[in-house]
Amino acid sequence: MFDLDRWREIFQTINKNKLRTLLAGFTVTLGILIFTVLFGMGNGLKNTFYKFFQDDAQNTLFISPGFATKPFKGFKENRRIEFENEDLELIKEKFGDRIEYTTARIYKGVTAKYKSEYGSYNVRAVHPDHQYLEKTIMDKGRYINEYDIRNDARIAVIGRLIEKDLFGRENAVGKFISLNKIIYRVVGVFSDAGGDREERTIYLPVSTTQLIYKNTEVIDQINLSYNMELGASGARRLSSDIERFLKNKHNVAPSDQNGIYIGSVIEDLEQNLAIANVLQLIVTVIGIGTLLAGVIGISNIMVYIVKERTKELGIRKALGATPGSVIGMILQETLIITMLFGYLGIFLGNYILNSMGTKLEDWFITNPNVSQSTIVWATVILIFSGLIAGYIPARRAAKVQPIVALRDE
Amino acid sequence: MIQIDELHKSYHMGSNELHVLKGINLDIKEGEFVSIMGSSGSGKSTLLNIIGMLDLADKGSYVLDNVPIKNLSEKKAAVYRNKFLGFIFQSFNLINYKNAAENVALPLYYQGISRKIRKEKSLYYLEKVGLADWAHHLPSELSGGQKQRVAIARALASEPKVLLADEPTGALDTKTSYEVMDFLQSINDEGKTILVVTHEPDIADMTKRIVMLKDGRILEDKKVEQIRASQYV
Repeated sequence: MFDLDRWREIFQTINKNKLRTLLAGFTVTLGILIFTVLFGMGNGLKNTFYKFFQDDAQNTLFISPGFATKPFKGFKENRRIEFENEDLELIKEKFGDRIEYTTARIYKGVTAKYKSEYGSYNVRAVHPDHQYLEKTIMDKGRYINEYDIRNDARIAVIGRLIEKDLFGRENAVGKFISLNKIIYRVVGVFSDAGGDREERTIYLPVSTTQLIYKNTEVIDQINLSYNMELGASGARRLSSDIERFLKNKHNVAPSDQNGIYIGSVIEDLEQNLAIANVLQLIVTVIGIGTLLAGVIGISNIMVYIVKERTKELGIRKALGATPGSVIGMILQETLIITMLFGYLGIFLGNYILNSMGTKLEDWFITNPNVSQSTIVWATVILIFSGLIAGYIPARRAAKVQPIVALRDE
Repeated sequence: MIQIDELHKSYHMGSNELHVLKGINLDIKEGEFVSIMGSSGSGKSTLLNIIGMLDLADKGSYVLDNVPIKNLSEKKAAVYRNKFLGFIFQSFNLINYKNAAENVALPLYYQGISRKIRKEKSLYYLEKVGLADWAHHLPSELSGGQKQRVAIARALASEPKVLLADEPTGALDTKTSYEVMDFLQSINDEGKTILVVTHEPDIADMTKRIVMLKDGRILEDKKVEQIRASQYV
């Protein structure tokens, strides 16, 4: 292997047979190039997928009231169920040991105005915990706090894009904004991984909103996050416990599917993992497929090369080349070609992936890339397949009787 | 140098069996210059291939330089070929991407001889066949006669005991053929044992002994008065 003469002999062969070498090398480069690019794009698809679900905390339950569709305990069907502050407090009280964050949500739509600029935005009236449930990132100022809730403070936390829309280059924090003609002080500006829609949302304290809108106790939704230690089954149990409790409290038949909705990411989480696994499978299949195609390509070209060299190998054998040295020579040659051109393929593939960058985000491909370990593995597989691809025809070549090889056609 | 006793060889072609050599007895001493003659199908090439360890006999014994050639592994056959035999082929069989000197050096490479000595030796033998100036030319840049001379130099380079030539002049015109024979004669004069397969009587007459084969048997085995090729060159 480290015989200098052997290397010289091989480099001469490679050098003097450029077309043949390029042909074989091209197959390898193309195989690895396609592998790298497709694998990278597959990873990009996965990245997009994960990015979508990074928006909210994964251990969240969304509890919403619905319509009771069955009569129960003397109550008629088709009743609208409403949640009030009390529901949230009772949930906190009863299930406090199993939950970490809780918040109410009230949905409103407002026209916001600052100086001459105005626009329509969604409002969510929430508790301070909402920040952790929604994974809201504060760019400037602060989020809603307990003090705001207690004092029905007229403050607002606005999305990054609202600041951009209404305040232009001004700093919104400390400024006053009019929402449906009621003045609030902006105390914070946030950003959110959930996208433009999320960043055009206004957060208000629950109590303030309830006071201003008809002074009720009504809330639209309860969000909470459970302790991660519960696991999927514990979370499912918690979910059904809360459902039973709320149905009982609001006189909804236990069998009524529509009275109370509890959405959770437990199923989502499992579903997401399943989707992620399917994506991973697709990516892997693509990878193996292209790599296999590459290996078959190399094998074919090696068979062709050995056939073309039958006469030369026969001459070498007549001059005293042992079968071992013939196999060794072809293997070493194959290895050099696969490694060299394979590396070129990896390099080109990475270059293409890098130059794609963010250009394909519209097609759900984010940051396409291939990890170092994948590259190492691809290289190992490549070398290995190069050896196999070279070995089979090499062994056959070594078995060729010199007289057969030297027979004049 | 070569002792062959009751050598048999058959080829199987489907259900047919082709008995090519039907008991050959041949004894060749060191320094002899022997031509094997016969029409095509007489078995002369098969005999040469067996002597050259390129093919195996079915029956009989073959001893080369006191080494019985029997049950050889591929590796051993390769080593023996390299050590004992030099080949000259009708179609030269030079490697087309190697220049003359590299072609001559190839058997030395398989002997594990160092690069420097390979170079020296290949140049020495090229000079011997009068092609020192052509050392760095590719076979495609050489004439037929020159190619065969390179092949002779290559066969000589490993300093074999026996030189085996299969129709060495088959692809050459008469004049060039005689030049090649002139070379072989001068090599024989230096004491090298040479075996030539040919079907041309004038070429056979330039050797010292003619073995006539017919249908796998030796028809005639006679010493002849050697005609020197130099008078025609």
